Amino acid sequence: MGKTIAQKIFDAHLRDEPFPGAKVLDLDRVFCHEITTPVAIADLEWRQKDRVFDPSKIKAVVDHVTPSKDSKTATQAKILRDWARRHEIKDFFDVGHNGVCHALFPEKGFVRPGFTIIMGDSHTCTHGAFGAFAAGVGTTDLEVGILKGVCAFREPMTIRINIEGTLPEGVVAKDVILHIIGKLGVNGATDRVLEIRGSVVDAMSMDARMTLCNMAIEAGGTCGICLPDMTTVDYLWEFISDDYASKEAALEDYSKWHSDADAHYEQTLTFDVTALEPMVTYGYKPDCVKPVSEMKGTRVDQVYIGTCTNGRIEDLRQAAAVLKGRTVNENVRGIVSPATPKIFKDAMAEGIIQIFMDAGFCVTNPTCGACLGMSNGVLAEGEVAAATSNRNFNGRMGKGGMVHLMSPAVAAATAVAGVICAPADL
Amino acid sequence: MKKHFGGPAICLDRDDINTDEIIPAKYLTEVTKEALTPYILEDLKLEGFDPRGQKLKNSKVVVTGGNFGCGSSREHAPWVFEVNDIHTVIAESYARIFRQNMFNCGMLAIELPKADIAAIIALGRDAELEVAVDLPSRKIEASAAGKSLSFSFDISPFDAALVDAGGWVEFADSRY
Repeated sequence: MGKTIAQKIFDAHLRDEPFPGAKVLDLDRVFCHEITTPVAIADLEWRQKDRVFDPSKIKAVVDHVTPSKDSKTATQAKILRDWARRHEIKDFFDVGHNGVCHALFPEKGFVRPGFTIIMGDSHTCTHGAFGAFAAGVGTTDLEVGILKGVCAFREPMTIRINIEGTLPEGVVAKDVILHIIGKLGVNGATDRVLEIRGSVVDAMSMDARMTLCNMAIEAGGTCGICLPDMTTVDYLWEFISDDYASKEAALEDYSKWHSDADAHYEQTLTFDVTALEPMVTYGYKPDCVKPVSEMKGTRVDQVYIGTCTNGRIEDLRQAAAVLKGRTVNENVRGIVSPATPKIFKDAMAEGIIQIFMDAGFCVTNPTCGACLGMSNGVLAEGEVAAATSNRNFNGRMGKGGMVHLMSPAVAAATAVAGVICAPADL
Repeated sequence: MKKHFGGPAICLDRDDINTDEIIPAKYLTEVTKEALTPYILEDLKLEGFDPRGQKLKNSKVVVTGGNFGCGSSREHAPWVFEVNDIHTVIAESYARIFRQNMFNCGMLAIELPKADIAAIIALGRDAELEVAVDLPSRKIEASAAGKSLSFSFDISPFDAALVDAGGWVEFADSRY
């Protein structure tokens, strides 16, 4: 019997199996941010074990609330900053250099096919887009990861998702993953890896694949994972060109992680996206999904474009294409947060920031920002947001607020109209 | 150190209760577990449930539906139970990260079939519910108003070892 990519990564990293089914893996990367790491640091200090297993494999960023908004968030950033300095963690990203972790770390070349990665953040599954096993964990797992370089997982059962057909004009990765979550349900993939593949994924950029994998957790999945191909190699080439004689050689090496033809899947689901429409969520769970056409006319107070799901350059381009020559509706507050400084700079160079500002958007620094109602862009009670983020839980962007999840282009059209609509409706 | 399990129970009769409902993101700026204490389940809207009520204050066990703890990876969710002396959650199913966080803290995330959960919730509907946990024999007994129900449960040997050790840091530190 052949193996899936997840099984191959597990086999290659297995340190210990203390009990049947409990796999303790060696970690290639431990990612850290200022919200979930400080308590781990404090606990390590309290245990008199303030050490790190390998400073070169630990990457840290202040991203959730940055620049700090008050004394408490300043303290969180300071704890992370002091710790990174103390342990000579070279790759620590602070104000001026920081951005949303799941956009910044791939951009810096920290993610490679076949890697094992944990972070105290549920959307760590994003990095599976590169053919890595990347999982969100709690602070205790993070703490042990920092100290020992290991993390325990159950044997990964895999659901294979084939995405086939041809994406219609204006329908993008966000619509596809919302549709899939709507079918799987919020716990349809609990304890499962989602291996996301097929001709549509093959044709997608890394930005789009990251959008797909980012939302695996919204179906309960441990990790979303795509098979590494030439698109992966092209993205990584500036970081790996010293390691391989050619891109073809890199691809051949990465192909060792590909799932075998006779690999066992717990379930295989095929989605033909040829007739898919732009999708949007209603209600307070990410599996409450409808075509935009059925939600058309729903009034919104705020539109938020950004986040680890859709704050990358391709997302901003799609939104700007809709906004060009148009302005935000007078009843709407538009906010855009380019996910990293590089994305911000590229967006400026391409004239995208100008388009957003001319349209009347507020452009913020790279940060998780409004997505989780922790810093800027918080909703007031009873307000409605259209957002390119990944979670629409009750209170997510502010107590008593409602969030509709959608693609960047639909969010841009909604900002212009003041009500939910697709670009074609403008 | 191994924790104590069982005690007076509160039922949260809904599926998919998420981590934002258990502890809203705005409190993630706290850097100690204890500081979370007053904010337990603050955003949970459920008929008859009062996050500031005496019933929750007295409870040491939570009984709930499917996919409990979905959403964020924040360990603040198990912590807010821990600092409120709730070391046992009994649910139909859990989100993976929440379940692992519970065992990593040396706490118990017990799974029971839907019908068993429904029976416990029915038992506790109009009376004070008490749940006793016998971990070595993997049994729980739910009792209210002189009636009682017994159930068997299973947890993986690894999860049981984490509970015995008092958590994953203790287990990992002695082994790796």
